[in-house]
This record gives sequence, C-alpha cells and structure tokens, in this order.
Amino acid sequence: MAGPNTPSTLRLYANARIIDPASGRDEMGGILCNGETIADIGPHLNNGKPRANSVLIDCKGQCLVPGLIDMRAYLGEPGEEHKETLETAGRSAVAGGITSIVCLPNTQPVIDDMSGVEFVARRARKLGLSKVYPYGAVSKNLEGREIAELGMLKEAGAVAFTDGFHTIADIQLMQRALSYASTFGLLIVQHPEEPGLAGSGVMNTGETATRLGLTGIPREAEIIIVERDIRLVEMTNGRLHFAHLSTADSIDAVRKAKARGLAITCDTSPPYFALNELAVGDYRTFAKLSPPLRMEFDRQAVIEGLKDGTIDAIASDHCPQDEESKRLPFSEAAAGGVGLETLLPITLELYHNGHLSLLQAFDLVTRRPADLLGLEGGRLEIGRPADFAVVDTERGWKVEDKTLRSKSKNSPFDGRPVQGRVLMTVIDGRVVFQAED
Amino acid sequence: MNADDPTRPRYLRRHLLGIEGLSPQEITILLDRSETYVLQNRQANKKKSVLSGRTIINLFFEDSTRTRTSFELAGKRLGGDVINMSVATSSVKKGETLIDTAMTLNAMHPDVLVVRHPQSGAVSLLSDKVNCAVINGGDGSHEHPTQALLDALTIRRRLGHLDGLVIAICGDILHSRVARSNIHLLNTMGARVRLIAPNTLLPAQVERLGVEVFQNMSEGLKDVDIVMMLRLQRERMQGNFFPSIREYFNFFGLDEAKLSNAKENALIMHPGPMNRGVEIDSDLADDFGRSVISEQVEMGVAVRMACLEILTENLDSEEFRNL
Repeated sequence: MAGPNTPSTLRLYANARIIDPASGRDEMGGILCNGETIADIGPHLNNGKPRANSVLIDCKGQCLVPGLIDMRAYLGEPGEEHKETLETAGRSAVAGGITSIVCLPNTQPVIDDMSGVEFVARRARKLGLSKVYPYGAVSKNLEGREIAELGMLKEAGAVAFTDGFHTIADIQLMQRALSYASTFGLLIVQHPEEPGLAGSGVMNTGETATRLGLTGIPREAEIIIVERDIRLVEMTNGRLHFAHLSTADSIDAVRKAKARGLAITCDTSPPYFALNELAVGDYRTFAKLSPPLRMEFDRQAVIEGLKDGTIDAIASDHCPQDEESKRLPFSEAAAGGVGLETLLPITLELYHNGHLSLLQAFDLVTRRPADLLGLEGGRLEIGRPADFAVVDTERGWKVEDKTLRSKSKNSPFDGRPVQGRVLMTVIDGRVVFQAED
Repeated sequence: MNADDPTRPRYLRRHLLGIEGLSPQEITILLDRSETYVLQNRQANKKKSVLSGRTIINLFFEDSTRTRTSFELAGKRLGGDVINMSVATSSVKKGETLIDTAMTLNAMHPDVLVVRHPQSGAVSLLSDKVNCAVINGGDGSHEHPTQALLDALTIRRRLGHLDGLVIAICGDILHSRVARSNIHLLNTMGARVRLIAPNTLLPAQVERLGVEVFQNMSEGLKDVDIVMMLRLQRERMQGNFFPSIREYFNFFGLDEAKLSNAKENALIMHPGPMNRGVEIDSDLADDFGRSVISEQVEMGVAVRMACLEILTENLDSEEFRNL
C-alpha cells in the first residue's frame, strides 16, 4: 500500500469501501488525491486505472472513512510535557485515525490569550501530524472570575471556548459569558459538574462508593449544572455545548431543550457508554475519570442518547496522567484517561453490538463534531482536504497500555479486547500513519 | 402666530422629566425656542432678564461638572438666581430622606429644581412632592432629556432636519440614560435608530423600543448619517460585561476603519466625558470636520435656557395655577 509520499503527485486510493456519513455514501470506490485535496471520489475510480502520473494504492476492500475529529483532548503542552507533548499526542492520534484534534486550554500557561492559540497552532503545523485546533479559555487564567478576550481569541484561531476540566460555576459569569459570546456567535463548552456538590468526591455516589469507603460525586452535580445552563441559554440566546455527559437525567434535559429549539448540543466519551462504576473494581485508578463512571442505567441512557441523536458527538476526552499521578491511593490519584487510540474501536463497539449503523457510528466522530465547531474536515468531498483513514472495522486486538503511543499509558480500557484497527491515516494528502502488520 | 392665541402649540407640562411620551410638536417647541438662544449666547451681552426674581436650585445627588455648569450658566444668563446643591449620595440612599430633602427645599419656594440622581425614577418621585417645576438632569439609567434635546438641536442645525436620518448609538446602552432619551426623541421625530453593542451591554428586549440592534460595528454603521458614541460607564458596572479595554476598543471603539462604513460626511457625537482610546479613537474625537462634540456642549446651554424659560412661563399660566 506504500508509495512515494510526495503530496504533489496524484494518488488514487482504490478498491475501498468508501464511508462518508455527510453524504450517506457507503459503496465500493476510490478517492483521487491531488496534492493536499480530494480531486475525485466515487465508484468509477474503483477499478484502479491510474492516470499515467498517478500512484495507485490498493485498499484491499477495507473501509475508507473521513479522518476522525476529536473534539476534546488535553495534550499536555505547554506545561506538562512529562505527561504528553503535541508530538506524542499527534503520533497517538494518527494511529487512532484522528486527523483533527481540538485541544483544551488547561495548559501552563493557560490558553487565554492570542499568543497561546498561535503557539499551539504553529507547533502542530510544524509536526505535520494531526491538525490541532485550540479551545480558548472562557475565563482569564481559568479562574472563573473574568471573561477572557473571546473576540480576539476567536480572531487568533480559537474554535470555541471552554474552561476545560473546570466548570464555569459562577452563574453570573456563565450568563455574561454566554451573552458576550453570542455577540460574536461563539460556542461555549461546559464541563458540567457543580463543585459545591462534587466536593472532594472521587467516584460516583452509590453502592460501590459506599462499599469502597470512597467519597462520592452525586449524579446531581452534573444534572443541576445542565439544567441551570439550559435556562441561561434560553435567557441569553447563547450557544452552549455540554462536554462528556454521563447521566440519564442530564441527557434527557438536553433532549427536551433541543425539542424546544434551543442552541444546545452535547457529547459523550467512550468510557460513559462502554463502562460503568464497577470498573473501579478494586480501587483501579485508571478508572478514575471526570466525570466519574456512573451507574449501569446511566450507561444505557448514554447509548440511547447516541441512538436518538440527542448526543451530537463522541470525543476521546484524552487526559494523559503519568505513573506518579496514578500510582497513588484512589482518592489522591489524578482523574482522567488516555483515549486517542481507543476512540475508534470503542465507538465501533456501538456498531458491533447493533446499536448504530456503521454510518451512524462514524458520523459521531467525523461530520457532526466538524459541523459543530465549523472545521473543514470530517467529510469526503471534492475540494476538501484529503484527511481520511483506512480502517479494518472487524480486526480484533487488545488494548495494552505498553503498546499505546501516548506518553502516558493510563487507559481505562487497558486489557480490553476490541474490534477495529486503523491501517493508514492520511492528512492533507500525506500518509502520516501506516500499520505495521 | 400670536402669543395669546389659544390654538398655538404649547409645551403644556409642569415638568421636564423625560422624553418618552412627548409629542413631536412639544419637542419641536423646545428645539425652536433653544434655537433663539444659540445666537444670543454668541453675542458679547448674553444676558436677558426673563428669569429675574426666579430661584433655580441645581440639586445634584451625583457628581457632575458639565451638566451642572451648563444649567447654572443657563439660569444666570436668563437673570435668575441659581443655587447649586451637591448632596452626598450616601446620605440620601433611602427614599424617605430624598423626599425630606424635597420638602425642605420646597418650603424655600424655588421656581425650578434641576435634579440629578443616581437612581432611576428618583427625579419623578421627587417631582410629586414639590410645587415648583422640575427638570430631570439625569436619573440613573433612565432618562436625560436635556441631553437628547441638545443632541437633536446639534443634528438639526447641521443637517436641517431629523426625520429620515439613520443614527447609530454605540456602546454601553445598558447603563445609558442618554441612549434611552435619544431613542425616544429620535424615534418620535421620525429618525431611524440603530444600536450597536456587545450583547452584555444591551438591555433586555431593547428592540421593543423601536430600534434595530447590531453586534457588529461595521455592519451597524453602514450608511448611517450620525454616529453617536456613548461613554463606558464603568462606575455603574457590577461584574464584568466585557473582557478588556483592548478587546472592547478592537470591536466596539470608533476608529477610522469602522467609521469608513458610515456615510462620507457622517457626524460623530459623544455626550462626554470621553474615554479616548476606549470608545473613541483620539484623532476622530478631534476631527473638526466630522466631530461635533464641542458643538453639543454649546447647544446644551441654549437648550437648558429654553427649558427653564418655558417651564417658568407655565408657572404663571392659568392651567398650572391650581396644580
């Protein structure tokens, strides 16, 4: 499948099952890339009759899908390069078929001014791995007190605004931020967890926490912020997106808000539809996440939300933590899990388990997050950037922390057998990843 | 038209508390009378004696230099006795004390009270308790009628009319009494008003006042005749309505690039005091061709003379004797 990796040539990816949720396309065919963009697409290219100067790549009947758009990841740089760098995250992402990452501003320094946005964008461009789009902070230095310069951050390239792991808890700040952001049509992304209720909790409130003697974070901590912020959106005409919803009730609140026509969207991430609080087991700190893993009925409600369209996207919620941060008593361990390489296979579980069609499953990690954030990727169309992945949706493998490319290895899916392997990832017409086997 | 003609249009009100509710005729009467004083104020002898024997008290519960001076000059040029009273805000926070102050002053038989107060509605409350005429010199974020009149006079003298003009009011609408009075006056006189501000500085349902709302300055200024800038009233702001001065000026400050969307000869207005480099570029504020900011101050004295004269005339008339 290899060929000369120069973007100036014509490259034809033929004999592929082309899956493009944006157009609904699911058929055998080919894609012709001219330099960085898609020059042609369709079944007429399937036979692989390259023009004299083009290179032929045989996809051997595997799926060719738009490169994944991961709308929420923490990449560590600048400030926590011992956990992750833009380079290690980029290598992990392309191995997971991700061609665009939207990164959180919880860096040191915080991405709350133009130079931070430009730094990340420039570093990522130089690396030439996944494209990286930064979120700007909603509040200066993520302190939850003063609104950051949202208008100028947007002009510098911030695609949306969030305080990342921090909830915008102050209700007046949230109202003002939504109202001010609506001046420029900007999207605010909220991590919904009422800090007053979450307190010093470390896992979901309930029987498991009680048995383990751990302090709980009640489901209501999420539900209350979601319900509150829906009211604020109605009041301000703002645009709001809730990150990683994990409870049945908060998803239902979003479902009802959407039915009322409010500009509210949400995502979830793989742990919340693939795991429940039992994964904490015997104090497994890799299963310590934020929000915490919830009850089994919550997990099933997340799947329902994905099926009926209430949940708009699946994000990796990638949060690298080094061993020193995880090899601690459960209460003291850091929350979060790596997720760039497991986003695709865990999302495909929804297909393999019969919850979603293949097009629906890919839609949640391609077109829909791209549309939400106004990114140019996420679809296979003539004239668009040639960002795609060749995927064997059936191939089984086992998630093993040692083999993950991320600098940190804290996967909540460690040891899990999964299905779906990325064979090749192409960004702007360049092959940036190719599986060894 | 004879002054005794009963059909002659008149400003038949005891007070000037606001622009909202005034008819186009009433506004025109006030503007026409103001016009006569513009010339008088430019003469060496600026003095008349129509207010001779009258007592005017400037009762200011909020700091002011220009408005108070303007009213003081207006009263003195008409031959009245003018007294300035500045009352520390802290001692009159309770409504009861405000009314007590009014009763005390009323007992001294003033003819006109010019009142400025930081609370919206306070001037109207006070006007119910006194026998004299009351002019609202600005109440909270509610109204500042003489400012709107002087703005209208400035525009009318420059462009000849008010009807059909497109006027953009930009900036801190939320806290601005100047904006509210101007919206009412300009709409009443047939002009079209646009508001341009970040959503955090726009009051709720402001479009119900009959204005078009814009969040983008370049779009909002497209082909306007007048650009009216407002001061950012940081002293009235609780919490943060925008991130920084830098960002505010970048998106909502008036500079050459944004102004280029307006009509070529568009006038620039500002009620003062200006924050240069915050809501208006310094060069534009000083641009004699387009900026009429000094002219607004000049018109202010003429407008206040007209208001004082008309209200004191009314004090003598039959209709008001029993009020």
